[in-house]
Amino acid sequence: MALTKTHYEFKPYNVARWLIWSLFTLLLVVLPLVFTSNLSVTMLTQMGVAMIACLSYNMLLGQGGMLSFGHAVYTGLGSYIAMHALNAASNGSVNIPVTLIPLVGGVGGMFFAILFGYVTTRKSGTTFAMITMGMGELVFAMSLMFSEFFGGEAGVSGNRVIGQAFWGITYGPPVQVYYLTAAYTLVCVALMYAFTRTPLGRILNAVRDNPERVEFIGYNTQHVRYLSFIIAGFFAGIAGGLAAVNFEIVTAEVVGAGRSGAYLLFTFLGGATFFFGPLIGAVLMVLAFVLLSEFTKAWLLYLGLVFLFMVMFAPGGIASLIMMNLRLAAFGRLRQMWVAYVGLAVTALMALAGAAAMIEMVYHLQLNAALGPELKFAGVGLNAESLNSWFGSAFVMLTGLGLFELARRQYVHDWDETQVFIEKEIKRREAL
Amino acid sequence: MEFFFISMLNGLSYGLLLFMLSSGLTLIFSMMGVLNFAHASFYMIGAYIGYTLNSVLGFWVALLVAPFLVGILGATFERLCLRRVHKFGHVPELLVTFGLSYIVLEVVQLVWGRTAVEFAPPPALQGPAFTLVQNSLNGLSLVWGAAAPELCSAADAAVRVVCSPFPATRGFMMLVALMMMVGLWLLLKRTRVGLVIQAALTHPEAVEALGHNVPRVFMMVFGVGTGLAGLAGVIGGSTFVTEPAMAATVGSVIFVVVVVGGMGSLAGAFLASVLIGVVQTFAVAFDSSLVSLMQGWGWQLSSALQNNSVLKLTLSQVAPILPYLFLVLILIFRPKGLLGTRET
Repeated sequence: MALTKTHYEFKPYNVARWLIWSLFTLLLVVLPLVFTSNLSVTMLTQMGVAMIACLSYNMLLGQGGMLSFGHAVYTGLGSYIAMHALNAASNGSVNIPVTLIPLVGGVGGMFFAILFGYVTTRKSGTTFAMITMGMGELVFAMSLMFSEFFGGEAGVSGNRVIGQAFWGITYGPPVQVYYLTAAYTLVCVALMYAFTRTPLGRILNAVRDNPERVEFIGYNTQHVRYLSFIIAGFFAGIAGGLAAVNFEIVTAEVVGAGRSGAYLLFTFLGGATFFFGPLIGAVLMVLAFVLLSEFTKAWLLYLGLVFLFMVMFAPGGIASLIMMNLRLAAFGRLRQMWVAYVGLAVTALMALAGAAAMIEMVYHLQLNAALGPELKFAGVGLNAESLNSWFGSAFVMLTGLGLFELARRQYVHDWDETQVFIEKEIKRREAL
Repeated sequence: MEFFFISMLNGLSYGLLLFMLSSGLTLIFSMMGVLNFAHASFYMIGAYIGYTLNSVLGFWVALLVAPFLVGILGATFERLCLRRVHKFGHVPELLVTFGLSYIVLEVVQLVWGRTAVEFAPPPALQGPAFTLVQNSLNGLSLVWGAAAPELCSAADAAVRVVCSPFPATRGFMMLVALMMMVGLWLLLKRTRVGLVIQAALTHPEAVEALGHNVPRVFMMVFGVGTGLAGLAGVIGGSTFVTEPAMAATVGSVIFVVVVVGGMGSLAGAFLASVLIGVVQTFAVAFDSSLVSLMQGWGWQLSSALQNNSVLKLTLSQVAPILPYLFLVLILIFRPKGLLGTRET
């Protein structure tokens, strides 16, 4: 059926969209030129990988309302398939360029999504969550049974520098792997954004919001979930393949429950309700795994607490906080709020510093008792066995909490005022 | 024969422990629609609090007080966190409990350390409850407590004697689980409180209109459910190991139990717990693989087939994945679970 237009349609360029995508591309290109150290380049690569993985996860959580506890199955199995393909390529038994290895991982992830998704997507909601968790445990338990494929405890390792150099690209230096990842990230992010605009993406949102009505208008919700699950599995597999190329080793923990939990946690922290939320989550994930875990032993505790408060007070994640303030800025009221923000930030930091000092002292007592009771926290020397340190930390925390409450009341007051103003402004503009 | 009896009893006791956990989970789920992801974490807290109380006040006090404390913790969590996200829907509720499971794991490691603690059962429960003596002359006999050494060794080398003890802790575990089951049934079916709970399950608005405080009922149910997990924790912790990984080991299995039994069905949870407990215990005990089975049938296998990694797997190696395989099969052939009534 050919559609011919009978009239001229005015379609303005979506300037903001072009601007944002160009900025994103520019950022991907420029970042390794700014952060040139080996650690930061690997971290940037990991961020790119995490972005694809979190976005593919959000295809399920944010767009389909499917809370999965087993997404690492698809990234992880993608990693394994990609690693075996890489090893086969270096043996010379198949001829695949390293550039396309992540795609092989993607196909692998998709294959397992087709296989497992048939069972998991039969249900939605809470049952879906439990079945995905069971699937995750199943695959993880299998990884210890089939050592030919999973490589047992040691995992499967390979070498990404194979074949002839093409235009000087050998994937030996980490920067080249970064640019490979960046290219994949850009294309995958664009494709996943495009997916949200397709009829399937739209009906997936409808399945999330009101499955009964979707059934009424003649769609099979199970089928919609299954198709989306397969596509998410494909992108997850690509992320896994990129990770395999980056690390050159795949161990069984990539399919484990911890990894699945991390995807869920950070996608939610970034913000599942907006498309760009998981991108923020991915950056946070790599920062937390690489830097925060070095900085403090108690990082999982902090992570859990942050997550708990986020679910309770800002279920839209960081992305929703940004969007709320963008709305404020659009109406020119952000300037009146900044004092309240500074107040909130300073008092919260104070309370956190006190609480963190106490947590660090407990951890120090528990883990490093042999090193003596002294420890350094944020440049301050503390003694975990002296009353002074405990009293000081508790005092800082309680004062911070008290002041935070005062600042919060002022903030809530200001916030309500601006919201009333914005509502009025919208009404006024409508009336014009 | 004695192997079968002892394995059956071991399987039943493990299954009943699973039921102690999954009953609380099912109760909370069917009441509030909340899947408590941190349920196994409350089990772990119960074990650790039980361990601390055990060393201070003795086991029997710990058995009574620890579940109570865990229940209070659960009710507090419901009041402070869960109730706040109730308005956002079921997924944020699940996520809050997911976050809690991270925090509990870290706090437990912070307070009690990262390695297993020594949580020994009281002297009365140490040693076997009874011993089955299989004598090739006299047949099978049962001895209460530990069997005397002269019973287990025959003077004549031609007489084969096997003594199989059954641990008293496991017997105690079965006893407590059965008592808990009866108590729960009486509470739900025979008391006024149970009546309100059942009514609030299906018609919360009507119950509220009659003057009952439904949020408080929810808080109590959450407290009771987590308290049951705490009770299971004291018993499970003293029978098995009390370590930070204990929540993860049992956590995913109880979710399987709840889905296999049918979401929100207590009877289904019971059936599925016992089934999975027995199947897993028997599977661990068998060392046969497909290769040995086929050779048992008299098939000639090539050496390539004999070394095939799939065929070579023994049943005891496959045991950890059996519950999940069971889950998949149930979902394909009976999506609402064994005794479930809800379709989605």
